[in-house]
Amino acid sequence: MRYPARSARRVGGKVLQVLHNTGHALFMLLEATAFVRFLFTKRSRAETAMQMYVTGIKSLVVISVVALFTGMILALQTGLELRRYGQEVYIGSAVAVSMIREMGPFMTGLIIAASVGSAIAAQLGTMTVSEEIAALEVMSINPNRFLVMPRLVALAVMMPILTVYTNILGILGGAVVGATQLGVSVQSYMDNATKFATNKDLYVGLFKAVVFGIVIATVACHQGFMTTEGAVGVGKATRRAVILSFLIILVLGYMITRLFYI
Amino acid sequence: MIRFENITKALGGKTVLDRINFEVGAGETFVIVGLSGAGKSVTLKHMIRLMRPDSGSVVVDGGRIDHLGRSELRQVRSKFGVLFQSAALLQWMTVFDNVALPLREHTKMGEQEIARLVGEKLELLNLSDAGDKFPADLSGGMQKRVGLARAIIMNPKIVLYDEPTSGLDPVTSRRIDDLIMDMRKELGITSVVVTHDLHSALSIGSRIMMLHRGKIVENAAPSEFIRSKDPTVQSFLESQYITKKGKWETELSHE
Ligand SMILES: Nc1ncnc2c1ncn2[C@@H]1O[C@H](COP(=O)(O)OP(=O)(O)O)[C@@H](O)[C@H]1O
Ligand SMILES: [Mg+2]
Repeated sequence: MRYPARSARRVGGKVLQVLHNTGHALFMLLEATAFVRFLFTKRSRAETAMQMYVTGIKSLVVISVVALFTGMILALQTGLELRRYGQEVYIGSAVAVSMIREMGPFMTGLIIAASVGSAIAAQLGTMTVSEEIAALEVMSINPNRFLVMPRLVALAVMMPILTVYTNILGILGGAVVGATQLGVSVQSYMDNATKFATNKDLYVGLFKAVVFGIVIATVACHQGFMTTEGAVGVGKATRRAVILSFLIILVLGYMITRLFYI
Repeated sequence: MIRFENITKALGGKTVLDRINFEVGAGETFVIVGLSGAGKSVTLKHMIRLMRPDSGSVVVDGGRIDHLGRSELRQVRSKFGVLFQSAALLQWMTVFDNVALPLREHTKMGEQEIARLVGEKLELLNLSDAGDKFPADLSGGMQKRVGLARAIIMNPKIVLYDEPTSGLDPVTSRRIDDLIMDMRKELGITSVVVTHDLHSALSIGSRIMMLHRGKIVENAAPSEFIRSKDPTVQSFLESQYITKKGKWETELSHE
């Protein structure tokens, strides 16, 4: 076969593969969503609570540090610019609006993907290569209900909660920088912040957080289930889950902002 | 009870099973032997539809299982218990919870009754003290016994064992062999055992089938198996120091 024809075929094969995998992941997501009706059975409730707890604990320290510094960087960066026009007081709204609308859900999403998403992919990947998933299927225990649904719910619920936490810390970080570096009192910073951030900003930000949570859970579970070739495969699945989540979070974040603000 | 009709299966561009035909009768202990990569696990996976054949049909209890919908499949699978090669226990659950899992998922039993049934199986498998331990804290032999307890907790008609004795010391291996024979004698369970331990195959099997390069090269009772004319079988026997004049010949000729 001539070279162009062969590479065209190879690209075509890859595209088909991606489409096939995407379809598979979406089917898994749909089925897990349908299983949310079992959320309040005793066993699922316990597993979901456990996953929520793990999500919060695993990420809290990193989220706190990242949130504080994100707010501080935003404040410093915009503050220095605004000072040239004597408008430093507006850092309150600048920080609050960018945190709530964009940076809060975005930063939280990246951290959760890297800490919790990777852990989910590694766990389910290990289960796949050690035949635990096959064992569940033979026992007629649907892995999408037993494993995916609790993780999906946990991330969809915890993402907005953690995002609110990120926003608060980020805004506080901005206030500290304002008070210590830019001579903006905490009082006027907060007044300014609350004056310009709208409810819409909050809702859109939280909507993003929920979507990101669903993305992270879906990608991580799916990559875990697709794991092959033993321990090496688990490493690959984990890395793919994190990178893919990052990319989808970036693109969807942009599209959601476009959808609501243009 | 289980019948393979002209099963062909290719994996990764290689024909793993090539028009395979065989039947496992009710109450048999059917042993599948072969070198690593011969397709033994793939054969087992077809019996519970963890894999589907490219062509041919798998028949369980008189019905084809390769085209079943979900609820029918669930019914077929409830006839089976499976002991996986790696035991496949859920790592975050205790031994007790692992064994109790099918009961909790599929029955409305109260915790008291569950405790009684699980306790029974754990005792049967000499695991009474292990209930509160986690799989990671157990030896390989114990993990397999826990896997076996879980496999039989719903009282299946058929139990599939994928290399139940591989990686175990000889004493533990013989104990597992005894267990498999007890299942057949006391509970009337049909067993399919995958192994490359010929000693175990000859002592527990009512029939031994050897797979090689996608084909069945022998399918016979143990006493005939060791007299097989097939060169692959012969070299397989010799590799494990089993000769016609040895102990097996005399033991098996008394049956
Ligand atoms: N899911 C799979 N994808 C690709 N190849 C597979 C898969 N499962 C098994 N194989 C291949 O099929 C052959 C038979 O595997 P298996 O049945 O596991 O061998 P064994 O007889 O040792 O149990 C091997 O060559 C293996 O590499
Ligand atoms: Mg195998």
